[in-house]
Amino acid sequence: MDVGFYFSTLFTDFGSTALSVITASYVIAAIGLNIHFGFTGLLNIGQAGFVLLGAYGFAITVRFTQNFWLGVVVALVAAVLFALVLGLPTLKLRGDYLAIVTIAAAEILRLLGDNQLLAPFTGGTFGIPGSAFSKPFSALSPFPQNGLFQLGPFNYPLSEGDSWWLRIVAWGIVALSIVVSFLLVRSPWGRVLRGIREDEDAIRSLGKNVTVYKTQSLVIGGLFGAVAGIVNVLATSVSADAMGRTLTFELYTCLLLGGAATVFGPLLGTFLYWLVLVFLRDTIGFWVPSGILSQQQIPQITWIFVGVGLMLLVIFRPQGILGNKKELAFGD
Amino acid sequence: MTDDDYDYDRAELRKKLDKVDEVPGSAKPNPILTVDRITRRFGGIAAVDVDHLEVQRGSITALIGPNGAGKTTFFNLLTGFDIPDRPQNGGEKPHWEFQGRSLASTSAFRVAREGMVRTFQLTKALSAMTVMDNMLLGSQEQTGEKLSRSMLWPLWRGKEKAIRAKAEDLLGRFKLLEKKDDYAGSLSGGQRKLLEMARALMSDPTMIMLDEPMAGVNPALTQSLLGHIQDLRDRGTTVLFVEHDMHMVRFISDWVIVMAEGKLVAEGKPGHVMQNQAVIDAYLGSHHDQDLGDDSVLDEDFATAVTQEDAELVKEKEALEAYADSVRAQEGDEN
Repeated sequence: MDVGFYFSTLFTDFGSTALSVITASYVIAAIGLNIHFGFTGLLNIGQAGFVLLGAYGFAITVRFTQNFWLGVVVALVAAVLFALVLGLPTLKLRGDYLAIVTIAAAEILRLLGDNQLLAPFTGGTFGIPGSAFSKPFSALSPFPQNGLFQLGPFNYPLSEGDSWWLRIVAWGIVALSIVVSFLLVRSPWGRVLRGIREDEDAIRSLGKNVTVYKTQSLVIGGLFGAVAGIVNVLATSVSADAMGRTLTFELYTCLLLGGAATVFGPLLGTFLYWLVLVFLRDTIGFWVPSGILSQQQIPQITWIFVGVGLMLLVIFRPQGILGNKKELAFGD
Repeated sequence: MTDDDYDYDRAELRKKLDKVDEVPGSAKPNPILTVDRITRRFGGIAAVDVDHLEVQRGSITALIGPNGAGKTTFFNLLTGFDIPDRPQNGGEKPHWEFQGRSLASTSAFRVAREGMVRTFQLTKALSAMTVMDNMLLGSQEQTGEKLSRSMLWPLWRGKEKAIRAKAEDLLGRFKLLEKKDDYAGSLSGGQRKLLEMARALMSDPTMIMLDEPMAGVNPALTQSLLGHIQDLRDRGTTVLFVEHDMHMVRFISDWVIVMAEGKLVAEGKPGHVMQNQAVIDAYLGSHHDQDLGDDSVLDEDFATAVTQEDAELVKEKEALEAYADSVRAQEGDEN
């Protein structure tokens, strides 16, 4: 076996994952989830719903109007409305109700997306191919429309599809999201959110309208989710099943790994999560003979490792890598 | 903060209260809080059923009563943490007003905004936040708490400084200043009570409602807490507090309200109200004048069991003595 080949494959895969638009979209969605769960204590188990809604809102609008900015606006408005519909009836109740409602609503959205009756808009189970809505975004690129650009082992189109242009924009949005979330959570507003996470009634007794704060938090975290959805589908295509419960749990894994209630936790956690996945996939693929594990079984065994990893994480380091144990731990 | 209506001189206040009738629901010369017809039932039991109550501005008023008298529920109702029952058979709606403004059907946070701030029986210190953050949350003046302004830090940085200075001043008064960067969760029970009280004072409330401020506080700290409460009053905050400890009530309060089984049973000056027969019965129970060492208050079966046990102990002792005697006698023989 060629160990050199193994390492060069591994490092190339690490690099492409670290640059990947999908990774960026996970970071953005996890930042939103961090505002919900990490800072406000809202147990949102339907973050994938916000992502999916952003994706559909954007893709369907752009598909029919070929107007990029209108698509973005529709996606964001849809996320705000979704947050209000979920939040207004449940945020006055105990936290568990929000969890039930969010997971159910996210599933409803996914099933609606798969529904053949809506196929003229959503494409049903086939989804919407990227080519139907990605042109207006490519047209905004300052680079030549056609052609590839190679940087070391990484060779991507300049402007079209999963391009360098999209990578620059996606990671730019990640940087902006981190700055925005930093400013928000370090402000007195963010302090009230953390207070609500600790004890709602105490915050009420100090004259703060807790329901308004929780609604604002749900809307803002949802907006990050919708932006993540737009970024994600620009690199791929819209498919309801790619944005289901699994995505929500992946986002939680990223968040908890990096450290909930920290500003850089979502970024670090998402990187580590994807790098571990790539490492396991490459390593198992290279060292374990295909007679024992076939190519199709490798992703499945990888998932098992990830699940075990998440359990170990919550048991032995509940605050994540960057987190402060005194500030956030489970079951205290 | 000066207020012409407020009796900063306590002797003056007590003189005024001397003239008030010592009956439940009596009118006060200058009420800050007036309550009418407030009821709250849990199942069939009326936890709170108060017809009329007035609290004198500038006084330290104690709300006492046995366990289950409905004191905390009454507090929750007044502060918007619970909702009173709707009147049955077309009776008049519950009504209560604070400084002339109705607070009925007002949510908890609005009550606090009106200047009536409460603390809780089980302290609600925000344990995963620092003492300082707890204090800063107590202020109601930080406009940076609005989402629209939160990201524009130049808009709120100046205010933040002022609030922080005020918090440090209050923490100094409550002897918590050296703890300001510690997590509130690391404080002792008594210190949390102090922190909660200091936090409530951040908004300069007109009236502070303390739910069992002394529960779980060690005796040394109790003295300083009592001092703080009297100090609050002297600085212009009316105090209403719930308490069990009669000695403490007598020591600091100007007026005492007694609740039992959801109703007001007595009101009056602390020295007098304790002698009221209704209070003695309600508060101490009808066995209050019997010594707990006296077996007659005990359950009959229990008393019998105790007698039997005593008799057995005596028998055992006698048997041991007899054995000891026999051993001694044997030893005597051998010698």
